[in-house]
Amino acid sequence: MSTLTQTHPISKHRSGISWLKLSAILVALMLAIPVLIVVFNIFLGGSGVWQHLYETLLFDYVSNSFLLMLGVTLGTLAMGVPAAWLTSVCEFRGRGLFSWALLLPLAMPAYIIAYTYTGLFDFAGPVQTFIRDVTGLGYGQYWFFEMRSLGGAFAMLSLVLYPYVYLMSRAAFLEQSANTLEVCRTLGYSAPQAFFRLALPMARPAIVAGVTLAMMETLADYGTVQYFGVTTFTTGIMRTFYGFGDLAAASQLAGILLLFVAVLIFAERYSRREISYHGSGLRKASQRKIELRGLYGAAAFVACAIPVLAGFVIPAAVLLYWAVFEAEAVGWDFIQLSWNSFYLAALAALITVSLALVLAYAGRLHKDKSVQTAIITSGMGYALPGTIIAIGVIVPLAWLDHRIIEFVQHTFDSKIGLFFSGTIIALLFAYTVRFMAVSLGSVQSGLGKIKPSMDMAGRSLGCSPAQVLRRIHVPLLKSSVLTALLIVFVDVLKELPATLILRPFNFNTLAVRAFELASDERLVDAAPASLMIVAVGLIPVILLSRSISSSAH
Amino acid sequence: MTAMPPNKMLKELKLSNIAVGYQGIPVVQEANFRIVEGQIGCLLGPSGCGKSTLLRAIAGFEPLMAGEITLDNELLSSATKTVSPEKRSIGMVFQDIALFPHLTIGANIAFGLKGWSKKDASARIDYLLQLVGLSGYKDRYPHSLSGGQQQRIALARAIAPKPKLLLMDEPFSGLDAKLREELVPDIRAILQHEKVSAILVTHDQAEAFAMADQVAIMESGRILQVGTPYEIYHEPVSRFAAMFIGQGDFLPAVVCGENCVHSDLGEIRGRLNHGFASGAEVDLLVRPDDILHDDDSAFKGLIVSKWFRGSYFLYRVKLPSGKVTYCFASSHHNHSIGQEIGLSVNLDHLVMFPREPLNS
Repeated sequence: MSTLTQTHPISKHRSGISWLKLSAILVALMLAIPVLIVVFNIFLGGSGVWQHLYETLLFDYVSNSFLLMLGVTLGTLAMGVPAAWLTSVCEFRGRGLFSWALLLPLAMPAYIIAYTYTGLFDFAGPVQTFIRDVTGLGYGQYWFFEMRSLGGAFAMLSLVLYPYVYLMSRAAFLEQSANTLEVCRTLGYSAPQAFFRLALPMARPAIVAGVTLAMMETLADYGTVQYFGVTTFTTGIMRTFYGFGDLAAASQLAGILLLFVAVLIFAERYSRREISYHGSGLRKASQRKIELRGLYGAAAFVACAIPVLAGFVIPAAVLLYWAVFEAEAVGWDFIQLSWNSFYLAALAALITVSLALVLAYAGRLHKDKSVQTAIITSGMGYALPGTIIAIGVIVPLAWLDHRIIEFVQHTFDSKIGLFFSGTIIALLFAYTVRFMAVSLGSVQSGLGKIKPSMDMAGRSLGCSPAQVLRRIHVPLLKSSVLTALLIVFVDVLKELPATLILRPFNFNTLAVRAFELASDERLVDAAPASLMIVAVGLIPVILLSRSISSSAH
Repeated sequence: MTAMPPNKMLKELKLSNIAVGYQGIPVVQEANFRIVEGQIGCLLGPSGCGKSTLLRAIAGFEPLMAGEITLDNELLSSATKTVSPEKRSIGMVFQDIALFPHLTIGANIAFGLKGWSKKDASARIDYLLQLVGLSGYKDRYPHSLSGGQQQRIALARAIAPKPKLLLMDEPFSGLDAKLREELVPDIRAILQHEKVSAILVTHDQAEAFAMADQVAIMESGRILQVGTPYEIYHEPVSRFAAMFIGQGDFLPAVVCGENCVHSDLGEIRGRLNHGFASGAEVDLLVRPDDILHDDDSAFKGLIVSKWFRGSYFLYRVKLPSGKVTYCFASSHHNHSIGQEIGLSVNLDHLVMFPREPLNS
């Protein structure tokens, strides 16, 4: 009784409901639905199709996905780590150029690079035609590697995913203070020994993080493996969903894929358990670099040039050539496609970033567990392949639509169409789930720079909370909000599998059109759409490389 | 001269019996404190004692659970009312400086000058920049300034709108020792020149003594003692205050008269009556400057360790009884560890507390 009467009005107000907190939790719940649906489906009873899959194809899915991950790990390590070390610690001709150009393949979706190289290297492509013309050999009389194979998928995915490893390990190498390496030298190790005994082990957590990102993208890939005829989880999910029309089995497959992802995330966390390496914070501005001359310099140049050329310059040039000289002229159709893609991406970016702002502000003002959990939950979608999210979105929305249709039929005796699952609402929902993490990350890092004391300083200088928001927060947050909008916009533009599953009937985007044309073996005609995606995708990559080269000076 | 807003000088800030807390749990309790026109007050205590919470309550960022805060007899905070920070005319300088990174130095200082004419504001900025010794930095951005320069700008920004009171939350803790030694007297001079009353929060007694007219010692959410630095150092009212401020040791002693005790240092007479009954067992506070090195003295101690402090030596000496105390010596008296030196006792403030079992 006495404690009740002592309860203070202000403390009551504090522990009371806050709208911001409530909306943050609500947003998190919404975003968690698709994931929960997929997880629950793992445990639901199987169907006939499921049984069939299990007996025939599941082994293929598992082994192919596994081999693909292994191959991509090796490929990204081989290209990413040496390039990162060379551009961060050494000095050689072209280093400045490569330090940002090595990021360019980030703009190239894996399925697009796959179409391009297939067009270049397949039987009717310019390379093999040239060989036949020169040697006079005919079909079947010479050996040439088959692009559309598991090996081809390794190569394509590695070429566009190595920048993750490059970025992460480069940051780690730069953070290692010159002092640490100098200590190693004074203890009697040569420079190469210092690299293997110290620099590499110290960068390990970052390298593992980069490889994990690359592997998650590999698991999420649909366009490449589908086109190359490699059966993996994502193609299996599509096959079950479209071929058999079996949502339950598709979502069970998605569930198993989810387990893969979970294991991956867990393994990454485990690999850096209790390890937190920090730079001493006394990094010298002018760290002395190892000068590479002559043959060494040339070798470094080649090691950095190969990923850039193969991962970006060659495919981009080929696309450009096709789009300009060989493809069907760009018409009204293409403008319609671009408009669809752009407004979809812009809407998704606006929705995602607005919700990210709600979550980030709730997290800033309420340090309690419920809000922090809500924020973590909301970011989960980024780890999930688009196919999983699409399945998780369509199951509840289709259910909801059918309840609405039944209800309308019963009460008004009239028929209506699918309201959620057949419209872009489903797409926008899926994009928000998938890309919340990136926009949240950007917004949070921007908000993190506004220290709480700045709010208080503003208040003590005579500003109301609204004025603090307008005069301090808005100008300081502007650039990170714009970055978040841009990243989500580009990611949505590139997204293929979720769009393929969830798009309304007869609604096409650039990515979907490129995929369809390529599937019909009209690689050249797919070039304009592909080129457009790559060109827009370049914008955030250029911003990123500018920030890298400005921090390097 | 243009007509600037008049100086609104503080007459009195008063905290009466206030309690502040989070989620119903008090962090600060029964706190009483007041400062008057032109004074600089200081809340001094170890980290976690509630001093920053108390400061934030004065600024209006924390509501009160009980008690009252009044500024010139106007109620600012009570259990049921909290005037919002922007309406208090109280400026604040923060531990992490918190300059606005998107604004120039000039715009930072102008931030609080709402309703000032352009001309007045510009004159005020120039005046303050000159006062803090950073004229010519008006169009630079905060990141191009050193830590000490940023702290001067933070001060200029806080006093620009002529607040009645300035609050400073550990303003020097982010700066290195040398810079701090330069900045502390500078800032005191600036505050006095501008006739700004201020309250400083710190855990560093040197800072408190250099800045403040009135010091409040805080521990575990309570104000233990309020007084001038001299009083706080020489007349601590609790064991905690005695040990937190300055160095020193407790020696067991027995009261032998109304201004006299008997201890390992012999019989000592103070200037004032100490209020303990004859024969009572007490612990006597001995500061380093209470025992001086004296070659002629017959009372000897054995040097256990020593610190050379430039202008003086600080020795740790073992008394014949086995107890260890500090001893001051001039910097010419360089003795080695293990040597016996003569000691003279120079103790006239008798600070004593009832004997604690641990110390006997």
